[in-house]
Parts: sequence; C-alpha cells; structure tokens
Amino acid sequence: MAMIGSLAVPSFLGSWTGSKEDKAAAISFALDYFGINETDLKKVLAAALEKGGDYADLFFEHSYYNNIGLQDGSVNRASSSIDFGMGVRVLAGNQTGYAYVEDVALPEMLKAAHTAARIATGTSGKAAVNLTELPGSNHFYAVKTAWDELSVKEKTPYLQKLNDRIFALDNRVTKVSAGLGDTTSHIFFCNSEGQMFYDYRPMVTLYAQCIMTENDKIENSFASRSFRMGAEFLTDERMEEVAQEAVRKTALLFQAIKPKGGEMPVVMGAGGSGILLHEAIGHTFEADFNRKNTSIFADKLNKKVCDEHINVLDDGTIPFNRGSVNIDDEGVEGQKTYIVREGILTSYLHDRISAKHYGVRPTGNGRRESFRMMPIPRMRATYMENGNYTEEEIISTVKHGIYAANFTNGQVQIGAGDFTFFVKDGYLIENGKLTQPIKDINIIGNGPKALADITMVGNNYKMDNGTWTCGKDGQSCPVTCGMPSALVSKLTVGGENE
Amino acid sequence: MISAEHKKLAQWAMEFALKNGCQAARVSLYNGSNSSYEIRDKKIDRLQQASENALAITLYVDGKYGNYSTNRLQKVELEKFIRNGIESARFLAEDKARTLPDASLYYKGGNPNLELYDAKFETVQPDNKVKLAMDVCDEIMGKDPRIISAEASYSDGDNFSYLIASNGFEGESRSSYYSLYGGVSIKGDGDARPQDYWYDSSLYFDTLEKAGIGRKALERVTRKLGQKKVASGKMPMIVDNLNVSRLLSPVLNAITGSAIQQKNSFLLDKLNEKVFGDLFTLTDEPHLPKAVGARYFDGEGVATKRLPIFENGVLKTYFIDTYNANKLGVPQTISSPSIVTMPLGTKDLNGLVASLDKGILVTGFNGGNSNSTTGDFSFGIEGFLVENGQLVQPVSEMNITGNLITLFGNLAEVGNDPRLSSSRRIPSLLFSDVNFSGL
Repeated sequence: MAMIGSLAVPSFLGSWTGSKEDKAAAISFALDYFGINETDLKKVLAAALEKGGDYADLFFEHSYYNNIGLQDGSVNRASSSIDFGMGVRVLAGNQTGYAYVEDVALPEMLKAAHTAARIATGTSGKAAVNLTELPGSNHFYAVKTAWDELSVKEKTPYLQKLNDRIFALDNRVTKVSAGLGDTTSHIFFCNSEGQMFYDYRPMVTLYAQCIMTENDKIENSFASRSFRMGAEFLTDERMEEVAQEAVRKTALLFQAIKPKGGEMPVVMGAGGSGILLHEAIGHTFEADFNRKNTSIFADKLNKKVCDEHINVLDDGTIPFNRGSVNIDDEGVEGQKTYIVREGILTSYLHDRISAKHYGVRPTGNGRRESFRMMPIPRMRATYMENGNYTEEEIISTVKHGIYAANFTNGQVQIGAGDFTFFVKDGYLIENGKLTQPIKDINIIGNGPKALADITMVGNNYKMDNGTWTCGKDGQSCPVTCGMPSALVSKLTVGGENE
Repeated sequence: MISAEHKKLAQWAMEFALKNGCQAARVSLYNGSNSSYEIRDKKIDRLQQASENALAITLYVDGKYGNYSTNRLQKVELEKFIRNGIESARFLAEDKARTLPDASLYYKGGNPNLELYDAKFETVQPDNKVKLAMDVCDEIMGKDPRIISAEASYSDGDNFSYLIASNGFEGESRSSYYSLYGGVSIKGDGDARPQDYWYDSSLYFDTLEKAGIGRKALERVTRKLGQKKVASGKMPMIVDNLNVSRLLSPVLNAITGSAIQQKNSFLLDKLNEKVFGDLFTLTDEPHLPKAVGARYFDGEGVATKRLPIFENGVLKTYFIDTYNANKLGVPQTISSPSIVTMPLGTKDLNGLVASLDKGILVTGFNGGNSNSTTGDFSFGIEGFLVENGQLVQPVSEMNITGNLITLFGNLAEVGNDPRLSSSRRIPSLLFSDVNFSGL
C-alpha cells in the first residue's frame, strides 16, 4: 500500500471560491490522497446496500496530532499520533449498521461494508449511483500556514514565552504547566445519493495551568484557547491573553469562599455561561433524543419555552470557531440554526436520521469523533443573542445571589431535564453589587424551568473560545458556547450551610 | 491476537529507533476487536463491529523525550514516523529525569496466568448477542404503562498488548470483556421523562449476569418517580456501590507522582500522616486472578505488588512513576493503582439505610467537580431522603459541597457490597455531616 501523503494545505484551498471547479479539484485531490477511485467506492457502496439498506456512506479520515508540553520551566515533552481509516455506515429506516477498517484497500473496505450491511435483512440491494453531486462550498477555516510547516523548534519558544510571562505577572506563581496541540485532518466522504466532499480541518489548542502559593495556601486555575486555525494562531496578543487570564483566575481564588447553598438568583456572566445553554437546552434539543421521545423537550417543538426576547442559536459557520463545520460528517452543509426564536422552540438539532423522521432538512449537526464512530446529532457553537440590558442593570436587580464567571464542566439528564455546571469562580451579589469572590461550587437546575426563569438578557454577548469538548454516547466532539450576561431567577447553588 | 510478526515489528521499531539516534526506547503494540448491538423497543437500533491496531513508541534522545503513536504499521511509514519523532524530540529542552525504569524493577515473568482472557471469546455468535439484549428489553417492555422507551445493549471486545523496552523488558497481556446494559425512560411528572439503567460487565461470558438487568433498570427508574429537592442542611449521606468511586477519584488523583511533583495536590506532604477517618483503609491488590484491572506490570513494565494506600486514615504511599521519582528524588512505587480494595464492614446497602435515622442515600451524581489543590468539592446528586431507616422521598436537583479531607474524615461506616466487576472495589459508604443544598 502506498505511503500516505504529506499534510501541506492542498494548493486549491489557497484560492478557494467554492466553485464547481474548486470542488472537483478537491475531490480529485482527495481520491489521489487516499489512494482510492470512484469505481471501487461504488463497489463498496453497493456492498453496503446488498441487504437492502436505504442509504450508505463512506467516511475517510487521516489525522495528525502534535503536542508539545512545558513543565518546570522548559518545553520538555513532545508527542504525535497518526490515525487513519475509513468507516462504512448503512441506514435501514432509523436503524444503523457501522463498521470501520484502518486500511483503504478494496478487500478491507468491502469487509467493513458487508458487516455494516447486516443492519438490513433483505436479500437484494439498490444499484450503485454515480458520484456526481458535490456539496460543500463553505470555507470557514482557511489556513495561512499549515501546522506541518512548523517544526517543534519553531513552536517551543511560544510556550516558553507564555511560561515566562505567567511567572512575571505574579510572584506567587510556583508552577506552570502549558501545552500546545495542533491537529490536521483530511476528510473525504461519499454516499449512496451520489454526493462527495473533501474537507481540510485544522485545530489548535493552547492551555496554561497555573499554581500559586500564598502563605500555606495553594490554588490552581487555568486558561485555554482553541480555534480551527493554522499556525497564524500563534500571536503575542493571544499568549498575553492566556497568561493574564490564568494568573487572574488563580489569584482571585485566595480571596474566594464557598457561599451558603440553596435556591437563589444567578447572574450568568457573558461568555462561558453559554455552558448553561449547552447543558440546559442544547443536549435536550438534539433530535435523536426527541425522535425517541426521551427528551424533556420532546413535545415542545413550535411552543413557547421562554421569554419572547430570547433567541438561541447553534451555529457551524463562525469563522475559525472550534465548533465550526464547513460540512458536517454526513455531507450536510455547515449552517446557522435558530433553536429558540423569540422565545419559541423553532428547531431541533438534526442528523440525517432524525431529519427524515421529522420530515425536515438536516441542520448540519451530524458529527462524529472519528472514522471509528457513526455520526449523531451534536452541537457546534451554541449561543444566545443580545438582549437590551447592561450587565450592571441586571446585577442591580439582585438582592442576594451569585454571579457565575468561569466554568469547568457541566452535565445534563436528558429526560429528567436536570442539568449542572461547575463554577470555578464568581462573586456573591449583595444588594445589587458584586462583593465577595466565590469558588468551586456546583449549580444545578432543571432545563425547561431554568429557561423559563431567564428574566433579563444583557447586551454584552461574548463567545467563549476555550477548549470545550462535549461528550455523548462515548464520542468527544469540539464545541464552543457563548452568551450575553443573563439573570436566571432561581437555581440551586452548592454551598455550606453553617 | 499478538502474533510473532507483531512482536518482530515492535522489536524492529525499537531497533530502528536505537540505530537512528535514540539511547533508549520503549515500544508497545496493541490490537483488539469490539462489537456492540443496541436494541431499542425490541428492534435493532445500531450494530457496530471493528478491529484495530496501533503502535506506540517512547523515545529517549540525548536526554530528550517524546512519545508517538500510529495505526499505520507499514515499515516504510514507520521509518518516516520514527525519524520525525527523533527529530522533533531533539528540539526540546533536555530533561535528565526522563529515563526508562531501572531494569531491576521490571516484572520478570513467571507468575501464574491472571486469567483475564476468555477462551470462549471467538465462539459467542452474533445471534446470541442480539438475543441477550432482546431479553433485557423483554424484561422491561409491557411491564409498566408509563414506559416510553426501553433500550438494551450487548457489547464485547478483546484487547492484546505487547510491551518491550530497550533495557530488557518484555511483557504481554490480553483480556476480554462482555457487557450487558438495560435503560428505561418513563413518563414522569409534567414533561419529565426520568431515565435509569442497570448493567453488568465481566471478563468472562459465563459469569456475565444475563437475567435481571432489565428488571433492575425498571425498578430503579420507577422507585425514583416524584423526585424533588428537600431543604438544605447537614445530614448523614450514604453513597451506593455503583457511584461511590466517584468520590474516590479525586483522592487517588491527588496521590499520583505528577500531582505531588507539580504541587497540584491537597495531599501534598502528607505521607505517613493521618488525613482521613479511622475506617478509611485502602489497598492496591493488583494480582487478583480473573479480576478487572489485574496486572503484573504497569505501562512502564514496572512490577506491581500489593500496596497499602491508606491504613486507618494514614496515607501510606504515593503512586510514583520513574519520571516523577527522578524529579522528586524519591523511590518510585508504581504509576497508578490497579485494583483498589477496602476492608469490608458487615452491612449491605439496605442494612446501612435501615440503620439511618435521617439522611440522604445518593444513587447518582450529576456533574460537579473538585479543586485539586484544596480538596474542595461540589457535586450534583440524586437519591432518596431516608427517615427512620426507610426511603421516604426520592430527591434530585441537589448539591453536596465540602472538602474531601472533612468528608473522608467523617467516614462513619463501610458496607460489605463492592461491585466485583469494577477495578474500584469500594462498597457502599456512610458519611456523617455532609452539606446538602436544596431548597
């Protein structure tokens, strides 16, 4: 088998206009890159449908992951990995058969196709169609400098500077660990409806964890940024932003306390508070749960779910955003989807299966972790549009409550609707003012109630470009979230009672 | 299965690295297969099957360190991959603490087979797998008019790995697993559709619990109907054996070499000090045959042995790998625990509940986190309010908040019911004075 090619940005992407010619050039590049041809692809698709499946797709992936790590003042760790393979998916109604192989030789691909075909139980399949349709004109993450043009030598000074900057910012810093990871994926896809696409997907992640000591107390916090972007990501401004944020968030914790727990109003700060949307409504709007009738929002389509001034989107089209998709992992164009418009639940997040079930167009949310996994409805960038209040006005209405600023993780129970998010830092609100810093508390609420309890929305929308990774069905997926400041009139705040 | 060819390939990769500038190297080769059959409402929803392989190589180049992995195992590509890895490592800062373990610490072989692989693995037929999952669905469907959806799945897999190091280690391991799961969604109050599940997993097909999974899932979801939050306050807490390891994870993370070396641990400088309650005794028991997590050597090839972790609340060991031992200038132990056990009490979960005047039984966690340097935690929970030894009210949408030192300092009773299908063999535990936030 031939050696798989280099990872330089394919030349046609440099002048991409999304024209038919561009797309044809992309397909021809991809076939060549993976060492496959249309005749064989049609054979594999035919094998996938041999038992009477309705639909089949083939997903090819070649990904390179590179990481460098800094600890104890020097960049002293490098790692890389390569993942290569293809997956065959067959749909029979709502049912899915899936198999993957780590090789693209025809007999291997056919083996996977025969396995996946078994989801259907008929005896004869459809004739193969010609692969002619080329969706995928978007270009949301154009790369100026491909990651493979940079050696470890050129990356290490960046982390070193970040480390030195963090130490320079505060003399209580005792330890810094930092990492820079880049991924480049070549994706090729084709399906039994005759569609093909190629996508070049970059991703970069930068993080710094900071440990500070004050007297006998030790605290830690972190900052990170992630984008679908090439090596032009590595700017001094970004390094400075991460350094400042890591230090600021850690230093604050020395003054922070755990609040008294119980039900109270919570002001969600702009940015990372989008985790509220992700957990409270995003997952429960994923259409697989709704078509199975197991989501708490399963009967709420086209119904009013919150204040009429609220609009919530799930968007795959934000340039360079970690959650953006030119085209999803089942051949549907990346798009911007209103899930709540003027307070009404307007759309679930669909993959092909659920879109067919509901008789709507797929929303471009069919995503998969890798060729090892079947696509399922996943979020992209989930955020709320601006409202009319200033943050100050919102805070001023709260007599006693919590201001939640930064978050580490969240979770939701799809059917019961209970969701949680962990507040790494924030403030008490007393008599309309931010007072005492708080830290390390879990907040819990119920999705439909919390949504209906959003009574004020700020005019200070912010996207959080941290390294958000969403887990579902054992699959990890890069996402982001954003929000203007907003008041939720009642949530249960963790805390101590005496 | 690791074949003679796989071994030759791993050895070739190691030699290639040594010939091209590495002073030392470690190579692991992995392969395995998996299958899963998911059933929804007695219809196959998804089936999946695959096998895969990978090679990982750790390179020590002029005092510099890198690790690399790939699933492209053709020599011509591996040559390029290893050369690139060596070249990349050369650009790093020197780190003298990066070494292979001292060869005297390696597992030398000769112990009895741990019996982690089921010889039957290849013989379980797909139709039988589907039937097992269908049977789980059968135990649920039609049993309660409020049922919205019944899901079941059967999955299995086998894993083989081969590990070699250039200063004289060679080891091999293999294991199989089987798992059977049942989940139920049910009509609750208003729009709520509470869900719950039950499962069993086993290294052996014959010992996999096959009957009762669906019934148990249904029982778990129906008993929690009518969940609500109750008043905030300090109360005793029982955590069941399915969930209790969640509380233990931040403790075990805090005693790893990297947490200690990075001063990122609330158990820093606490070796041989009494940090938790008298009842808190934990032991690493790596050599239990037919047990999930059993192993004779860790990822570096270092031999495992029985190791007291806590004795009556006194911290007895950190988990220190080669790198952090070198950095800290202390003897190494093992990189991580294998099977964590606890001396058992006399009561099972029902017994613990029966003895409680008032408190909360936690049967599920919902999010939350803990602070690695201070030990402060806050977790969402669901479960039951217990009064006079009875479950009187299902509760949800509540948090527990506190500090792990205080929590495990308040360990009041240890149950006798660890789940043996887990490498964390921790029974149900009773804690006093836990802060609950609700109304």
